[in-house]
Formats: sequence, structure tokens, C-alpha cells
Amino acid sequence: MTDQIVLEHVTKTFTTKELGSVTAVNDFNLTVKKGECFSFLGPSGCGKTTTLRMIAGFEDLSEGSIYLGGKLVSDRSKNIYIPPEKRGLGMVFQAFAVWPHLNVFENIAFPLKVKKFPKDEIRRRVLEAMHYCNLDGLEKTFPSDLSGGQQQRIALARAIVVNPEAMLLDEPLSNLDPHLRESMRFEIKRLQKEFGFTIIFVTHDQSEAMALSDRMLIMDMGNIQQIGTPWELYNNPKNRFVHSFLGQSNFINVDVRNGKVYPKGETSQQIWVDNKPSKNGEQVLACRPNMMELTKDDGFRCRIIKRTFKTDFVEYLIKVGEDSAIIQAPHRVLFKNGEECCVKIHNPAWYDLEDEAAEKERERRNVV
Amino acid sequence: MTNKDFLKLEGKKSGISMDKIMTIFCYVALIAVVILPVFMIIYYTFWDGSKIDFEMFRSVLFQKENLRAMKNTLIIAVFATLFATLVGVFFAWLLGRSDIPMKGFMKFLFSIPFMIPPFLAAMSWDMMFSGRGGYVNKLLMSLFNLANAPLNINSIPGIIIIEVVYYFPFVYMQVVSALERMDPTLEESARIAGANQMYVIRKITLPLTVPAISSGVLLVLITSLSNYGIPSMVGYSKGIFTLPTMIVELMNRSGGSFVGIRQAAALSIVLVIVVAIALVIQRRLLTHGRYDIIKGKSMRPMLIKLRGAKIPLLVFSLFFLTLIVIAPIVMILLVSFNRAYGLPFTMENFTVMHYVNVFTKNAMVKDSVKNSLFLAFSAGAICLVLGTMLAYVIYKVKPKGGTILEMLAVLPYSLPGTVMSIGCILAWSGAFFGISLYNTIWIILVAYIARYLSYVLKSSSAALQQVHPSLEEAARSCGASHYEALKDVTLPLIKPAMLSGFFLVFLPCMRELTTSILLYGPKSRTLGVAIYQLRINGQINQAAALSVITILLIIIMNNLVKYITRDRRKL
Repeated sequence: MTDQIVLEHVTKTFTTKELGSVTAVNDFNLTVKKGECFSFLGPSGCGKTTTLRMIAGFEDLSEGSIYLGGKLVSDRSKNIYIPPEKRGLGMVFQAFAVWPHLNVFENIAFPLKVKKFPKDEIRRRVLEAMHYCNLDGLEKTFPSDLSGGQQQRIALARAIVVNPEAMLLDEPLSNLDPHLRESMRFEIKRLQKEFGFTIIFVTHDQSEAMALSDRMLIMDMGNIQQIGTPWELYNNPKNRFVHSFLGQSNFINVDVRNGKVYPKGETSQQIWVDNKPSKNGEQVLACRPNMMELTKDDGFRCRIIKRTFKTDFVEYLIKVGEDSAIIQAPHRVLFKNGEECCVKIHNPAWYDLEDEAAEKERERRNVV
Repeated sequence: MTNKDFLKLEGKKSGISMDKIMTIFCYVALIAVVILPVFMIIYYTFWDGSKIDFEMFRSVLFQKENLRAMKNTLIIAVFATLFATLVGVFFAWLLGRSDIPMKGFMKFLFSIPFMIPPFLAAMSWDMMFSGRGGYVNKLLMSLFNLANAPLNINSIPGIIIIEVVYYFPFVYMQVVSALERMDPTLEESARIAGANQMYVIRKITLPLTVPAISSGVLLVLITSLSNYGIPSMVGYSKGIFTLPTMIVELMNRSGGSFVGIRQAAALSIVLVIVVAIALVIQRRLLTHGRYDIIKGKSMRPMLIKLRGAKIPLLVFSLFFLTLIVIAPIVMILLVSFNRAYGLPFTMENFTVMHYVNVFTKNAMVKDSVKNSLFLAFSAGAICLVLGTMLAYVIYKVKPKGGTILEMLAVLPYSLPGTVMSIGCILAWSGAFFGISLYNTIWIILVAYIARYLSYVLKSSSAALQQVHPSLEEAARSCGASHYEALKDVTLPLIKPAMLSGFFLVFLPCMRELTTSILLYGPKSRTLGVAIYQLRINGQINQAAALSVITILLIIIMNNLVKYITRDRRKL
């Protein structure tokens, strides 16, 4: 497989009145392979959309370079900047951005008209794209008469009609209702299989990213936190941010002495874990609620504080040292409120104490 | 009506609810200020005292003088609209979408024409470019050794130029707000589709702003058709008449004779028909073009880099804006401090005598300031009460014929001021119940109320529609009576809108000329009339001095409004 989209040391710095200088994207390095579906995931303001817009050519870089299909399209030091219309990309926006003054056919035909395709060729390709996007028979309709899902399919058809090598999707599903989102997700995947284009998918919805992507990355405050397959990111998160961002997690402050794990501020009993931390001292134990096992008398002894029935599992709240933790257990393991129990923690991750500088930066950005 | 009266009416004894009383009151008020004047114009035009008569209307319509006025009106309106639109769209694009510097300053300049009454601007342009001795003309003549004045503002092109300068901000405002609120991804997706910048502007941006442009066009067209101040200031001396100035001329010539008044009334109908045709054409063109271009997350639009064109465009814009916005004000200011009109602006000729004279020697001027303040305050207050009541009746009481009420209230807004005034004269000079307000300040007040009522109606009804019925119902369920719910819940909620409605009426009343020039009497001159007459009498410097005072008053009031509304937001 060849490299479709390559970003090298891409950096973007803004200066705003309220914040002074902000690094929206910091030393971003990424290689997306041809035909790959790659997601950018992160909280709002993490820089994922800015990165996408730099790839599209709507934003200038402050440093670094971007290659599309092996061609250099943005480079600050060499003063190269190819405008968006010459990058040969397809793009779908959150707000659909279908043109209200053009009907469905004219909307989808627009990219072909700009490129001066012959008329019958335009007609053939537009109808084909409409067919693939389940828009048959709507040629003469105006977008305002269509539903959100249909409008988004127009946007999709408009993007695939020129057969782009790569497609940029900027939260394309977040304006749709949950049910529609599910089916559009499926549709995008189907179209990708059909046409074989590369996808960069920006989203803040983790289940969307997990379901769609071959690989994904998680960003925070302009920095890539981790790149990998959805499975890797969920099961082997590199740091506390990734751990907490994907799925549910418990964080328990612990004190490790001689390889033994004690809850912080408690020395009476150690926590049962099946992989030991690599070092001693105060640190944070992280684990998923479904990786904690409740037993009658084997493990860390504690009490059930609260029990909540969820449809597919039972959720228990317990206290480990000063921290509370949530356990998801199958219905067959049943404890009462206030009952004594024991906890085993499987495959926990070990992180250093929270980085205060990072917290401060996060607060500074959230002021606006 | 006092609160006590309301309380009594609310009681079951009387059998009539408060809502019903208000509805009836609204009907009565609108009949008095709208229906009767409009009816009287039609009545006078087609009733010769004993029978229905179309002959007079026909003869007025085809009278040579009137035909010429009609032609002038149309030419001026069409070209003024065309150029105002071009200039307005150009600046809207420049400020809304390009990276030209000094945007804040330019936006400030655009707001100035809104504050200066059009007839004052016309007077100032006359001072600069009059064929006989306009200051700028004289300067150009001496600079380039010309025998004749190079520019003559006292002409149809002159009137067009002044109207363009005065009206293009209307288009600008409409379009720039559309551009600023437009979803930027609409343009970005066209770029991604392979279109270059110019193509996007032509095929996406412009078509999407068409609704905004055409509402600007409508505004300019209607205002130009019914404008009195500009053509009368610069056209009158050269015998150039438009329909509104011709109507006033006929009225003046008539000297109160029945036939003369009938002719003026007939010409008013002609003007109304012209305006109506313009409205219909515009509606026709607009029907297919209402779409929502504001969607999704708000993002700053991409600004287009002007690169090499930046500096030339900036210089051009600043020069243009200085000429059309600052120069007229400076001109009036200079003339007001100059010993005599026509003398060069040197230190020896500097004097404040005109300001002193205006206030000490001229009773008319003192009266006019008093009158204008009185009229503006009372018109504002009455419109505030009546307009809010109307809004309440139309949108909350929803009586049968509510739409008729609304149509009646909005009608005078699209009728030229001249026409409304003629109607008021005909209706309130003793025609009904022997009430004769002619030559008093009250007839002006009635006309102002009719003309500006819709401003309050609009701002109050917009606010009222946002007050969910459940709010009032919640008050009722807590034990409040209908009246108490209205007084303690609904009214406080729309108070800010009512307040801004008051100023929406107050400000235009302060700078009014069109209505008052027809309705003033010996003791009821307004600021506009006083300036106009000073100028006609040749006391141009005093006219300039009074203009400066008027502009200052308007600016002070305007800032007061801004101050009040800002305070409101803090609460």
C-alpha cells in the first residue's frame, strides 16, 4: 500500500486577543495509507478540525509540510501552497453545506461542471453517484425539501462524483439523529469499499470512530496522544488521557511499596491485581469497570455503596481508599447495598500522577 | 386609560373583557389615523362634489408637467437603485469577505448617513456642487482654469448621485449581514469541488445573497420613489420636479382651493400606484429565493486575501467614503461658521454669529426646536402604547380580522409621507365631526403616529411572539388575574423592545421634513421646516448652523439609545 496523506512536523499557531498565542496543532506527524479509513478523535478544541482544514488547504501551516498522493501541497519553509480547489479532495461538512439555490442534480454536478466535463458525461456520472447514495429520482428536488439524512447523502454524492483519491469528513454525522447516524456510518463504509478512496474522519464521537476506522488517533490540546487501531487504543492506552477519553475508566490513587499495591492512605490491605507496576511510589491505577471482578471472599475487601441495575449488567459503586470505583458485573453476580465483597482487578494500567502543567493549559484554553 | 379603568373593565359586572376593549380601541385608532386619510384621498380624487368623476384624475395623469415629474421620478428611482445596489454590494463584499484593513472605521462611516436627514445631505451637496457657486465647483474652476462649473448637482444626475450616496448603506447593511451569517462551508465545499475564488463568488456567494440584495433593492426603490427632501433641495431651483415634490407644489399653488387640493390628491394616487407596482414587481422577483443560509456551527468566514489590490482598494474606499460621508458634514460645519455664504473659508470670515442669531433673533427657530422635541416625544410615547397594544391584540388576542388590523397599521409605512400628509389634511380639516386640526401641531402629530406606528408594532410584536403563552398561563395559575398577568409578566418581558420602539419613532421624527412641510402652520414649524425655510429665504449660513444643531441632537439621542440598550443587556 502506498502513502496517500503524509503530514510532517505540521504546526499551527494562532494568536488571539483573549489567550495570546495558542498552539492549535503541535508537531503533527502522520502517514495515512491508500484506502485506509483513519479517524481523528478528541474533545472539542483539540485541533482535529484545524488539522483537517490544513490538509484541505483552508488553513495555512505555521510550520511543516503536507503531501497528498506523493505531491507536496503545503510547505511553509518552501512557500508552497496549493489552493483547496487544486488538491483533488472530496470533503463533507457537519452542516452538510449543500447549496440551497441549486437542486440535487445541480449540487452533485457542480464539481464536474467546474472541471468542464462534457454534458452527457456529467449526466451519467451524477446519476451514478445518486444511485450509489440512494438518491434516485430526486434530481429536480431542492435541498430544503429533503431531510437531514438526504442532504448529507447529497453532500456525499457530490464528494464521490469526481472519484477523489481521498475524502475528508468533518463530523459528517453529528447533525443527524442517532438512528440515521448508524445507517449513514454503514453507507460511508460501503461507498469506501466500492470506490476505494482514503478517508480521514474527524469526530468527537468515540463509538463512531471505533466502528469506522482501520486506524485512529486521539488528540488533546494540539498534540497527538496515541495512534493505533481502535482495539489497541482501547486496550493498551498509552497515557491517562487516552484511557479516560475512550470508554469508561476508574482511576484509583495508590501507593506501591515493595511491589505491593496499597490504596493511597491505607496500609491495612493491598489491592489484588494481576499485573504488577514497574516501579514503587505513589501512582494511579487505571482499569475498565468490566475488568473488575466481584467475589465473595477473594481479593480486596470492601463494601457495596450503591447498586444500579442496567439492562445488560449490574453496576456497583465501591470505595477503594479515597477513590470510588464503578464495577460492571453480570447479573449472576449479585450483591446487596451495603454488603461486604471482594474485588480483583484484571489487567490494570499504571500512570504517573497528573501533570499539573497540562491541567493548567487545559484550564487556560477553556476560559474562552 | 388608567390602571383603575382596566381593573374595572376586567370585572365581570361590565360584561366586556379587557381584551375586547383593547381590540375596539385599536380599530378606532387605526380608522382615525389610517383609514380616514386614505379614504379622503380617494374620495377627493373621484368625487367632484356631486358625482363620481374620473375626468379630473385622467387630466391630472396626462398633464404634461405631471408626466414629466413621473418620468423624472422613475428615472431617478431606477438609476439610484441600480447604482446604490452596485456600490452597496461592493462594499458589503469588501468588508464582509476580504482582508481589507480599517474595517471598523469604515463600518462607522457607513452608519453616519443613517443619522443625517436626507434633505440636510442634499443641502450640503448643493453647497459643494451647485452649478452657481458651489464651493467645490469654484475650487475646481480656479484649479483648472475652467470657465464653467464642471459639475452641476442641480440636475437629474445630481439627484441620482445624492440618492446613491445616501441609500447605498441600506443595501450594504442587508448584504453584509447576510455575508457574515452565511455558513462558510457553503463556499468551502465549492472550493473543494474544484472551483476557484472568482467562480465561487459568481456561482455560490452572489446567488446566495440574492434575497438580501433584493430586500435592499426594495428598500432603496421605495424610499427613492417617495423621497421629498433630496429632489426638493437640489431640483426645485431648476424646476426639476418629481412626484412627491410636484404634489407639494400643487398643494401650495392651490392656496386651499377645492380643485387644487383635488389635483394634489389625484397625483398622490398616481404616486401610490407607482410605488405599488414597484412592490409587486419586487415581490414577483423574490418569490423563488427564500432559503436558509445560516446553519451549523458559527465559524468565522474565510477572508479573501486581496494581496496586491489591497492598498489601491483601501485608498479608493477611504477616498470615496470621505467624499460622501465626511465632506457633506464638514461643508455644513464650515458654512455655519462662515460670515456669509459664498465667501471663502478664511480666518477673517470666521464667526459664531449665526449660532447666536439662530437662537436669539429668530422666534421661528426657537419654536421649531420646541415643536420637534414635543412632536418626537409625544409621537414616540403614543406609538409606544398604541403599537404595543396593537401587537398584543394581533398576536395574543387574535380577534377576527386581526390580519386587517396588521395590514392597516403597516400600510402607512409603504405609503409616501407626502401622500399620508395630504390625507391627513383632507381628513382633519373639519371633514369629520367638525374637528379641524389644520395649521396646528396636532395634525403633524397625527401624521407622525400614522407613519411611524408600524415601527413599534414590529419591534413589540417580535418580542411578544417570543413570550410563550405558558408564561402568562403560569401567572394565571398562580392566582394572577388576566390584567395582573399582563402587567407583571408579559409587559416587563417586552419592555426592552417597547423602549427601542420608542426611539425608532423618536429619531426619525426629529429629522422629519416630508410630512411637516405640508402640515406646518404659523406656530407649528419643525426643525426640518425651519432649516428649509431659512435656506429658501437665503439665510443659508443660519440654515447650516441649525443643521449642525439638529445633527448634534440626533447624535446625542442616538448615543443615548445605545447607552440605554447596553445597560439593558447588563441586567
